[in-house]
Amino acid sequence: MGITVKDFQSLFNDIADQMAAERDNLCALDGAIGDADHGIAMEQGMKAAAKAANEVDDVNMQELFNAAAIGFLNAVGASSGPLYATAFMRAGKFTGPVTCIPPDDLRHVIVAMADGIQHRGKAEPGQKTMLDAWRPAAETAANGGPSSEIVSAAKAGAEATRDMIATLGRAARLGKRSIGHPDPGAVSSVFIISKICERF
Amino acid sequence: MELTQKLINTGEGAVDEMLTGVLAAHADHLWRPDGSPRSVIAKNGPRQNKVGLVIGGGSGHEPTFLGFVGNGLADAAAIGNVFASPPPQPIIDAAKAVDGGAGILFMYGNYAGDVMNFDMAAEMLELEGIEARTVLTTDDIASAPCDKADTRRGVAGNVFIFKAAGAAADLGLSLDDVERVARHANARTYTMGVALSACSLPHTRRPNFELPAGEMEIGMGIHGEPGVRRGPLQNANSVADEIMDAILEEMGPSSGDEVAVLVNSLGSTPLMELYILYAQVAERLAEAGLKIHSNLVGPYCTSMEMAGASITVMHLDNELKQMLDHPCDCAMFKVS
Repeated sequence: MGITVKDFQSLFNDIADQMAAERDNLCALDGAIGDADHGIAMEQGMKAAAKAANEVDDVNMQELFNAAAIGFLNAVGASSGPLYATAFMRAGKFTGPVTCIPPDDLRHVIVAMADGIQHRGKAEPGQKTMLDAWRPAAETAANGGPSSEIVSAAKAGAEATRDMIATLGRAARLGKRSIGHPDPGAVSSVFIISKICERF
Repeated sequence: MELTQKLINTGEGAVDEMLTGVLAAHADHLWRPDGSPRSVIAKNGPRQNKVGLVIGGGSGHEPTFLGFVGNGLADAAAIGNVFASPPPQPIIDAAKAVDGGAGILFMYGNYAGDVMNFDMAAEMLELEGIEARTVLTTDDIASAPCDKADTRRGVAGNVFIFKAAGAAADLGLSLDDVERVARHANARTYTMGVALSACSLPHTRRPNFELPAGEMEIGMGIHGEPGVRRGPLQNANSVADEIMDAILEEMGPSSGDEVAVLVNSLGSTPLMELYILYAQVAERLAEAGLKIHSNLVGPYCTSMEMAGASITVMHLDNELKQMLDHPCDCAMFKVS
């Protein structure tokens, strides 16, 4: 059984529901080292992405990802807008204009999304950003690790941001005062990666 | 925790309903292109062969940014959600609406999200043959040390920096020269603030940071980003002194130099307190032998209902004086 366009539509709905549920927690995490709006951006962005992905009929996977990308971007702007829009467009570029992919290709979707986030944000691992969850997850995925290990890698990466000094993004101005707080973008990334991995 | 009290209808609708009100109140100054509700354009600003100045950023800082759109200042503003950069589309729509064939200059505060969205907009405009350059504002001296000045965030000093660039564009200078004036203005503008209480986002209506009673945060950002240090609340003169010490040290002025000064409310701090601060700022500048050429006192760059204030000093020269004195007529800011 392959992963269909319909499966991705329902995946976007799952992610949107979880972001709505986690909104206030993510805002509180962001309040410690940023401007307290990350939960709102992720809720609005994923809601718009899910809406855009479900409104298109008769589309292939690349068109679906592009619709989700534009939906997310235009709903929120912010930092997460360009980052996730680029991630979705890279995912669509990977799948290409097909209507079904083998489940194991989801690992390459994760790799493509991580590459897109790194390209747009110009981050390197260790800077206390969402990439610290995406990069280890992508490496585990690329090396053929099972979905449970991909999720574990993302979680460990997000947890490791707690001890990092932010050197990119809004928290970078805090320097050492950013230590002790996990990066909210990395925490929300774990939710997304986990939801994708549930579909393996 | 109790939710903060706000006069809104819904958190989701706050920005768009504000824009409806702004357009209703200032229809003589502002308009919006069809299908682009987050692009606010000056009625009498843009014209052929003039560099188009497009500013923008998150909402919640009013009158920054939309209040500075008008003849002689910015030609357009792209409006984001509360404290969030606008996406590329309203930026592109704003740029196209004001393009006079002489190029576009983007100016906004230095934040990662704004940089990504404006850069994406610039890339897309380039594909359509419109050149858009960027000058970031970085006036918040508390946000990074002097040797990393280009990583600082842009805050209340925006009003002086945008004003200088807007005047340069209005005087018909080329894109090269408008960009040069903008960079020059930014390099000579210094801001530092103090926060006394948090603000809350319309969506969550919860304070966006914890500041215990009796404490203040020196150097806090205009989105509630933590500052350089937290300590017991000092009196107005002590706070003004700490900020002016930092500004004057970095500025390194000579006796007889002229400055422009802004004492800005972050939202709920009243004029009474701003003028108490201004008295001490004026005294410190006089002691340093500096002449105040012009001043602004009031809410120019807010953080919704945050309590606190910031002090901005722009170190003038003849060119910057000319640019600040140049007339402008915006919905929420006028120089005649």
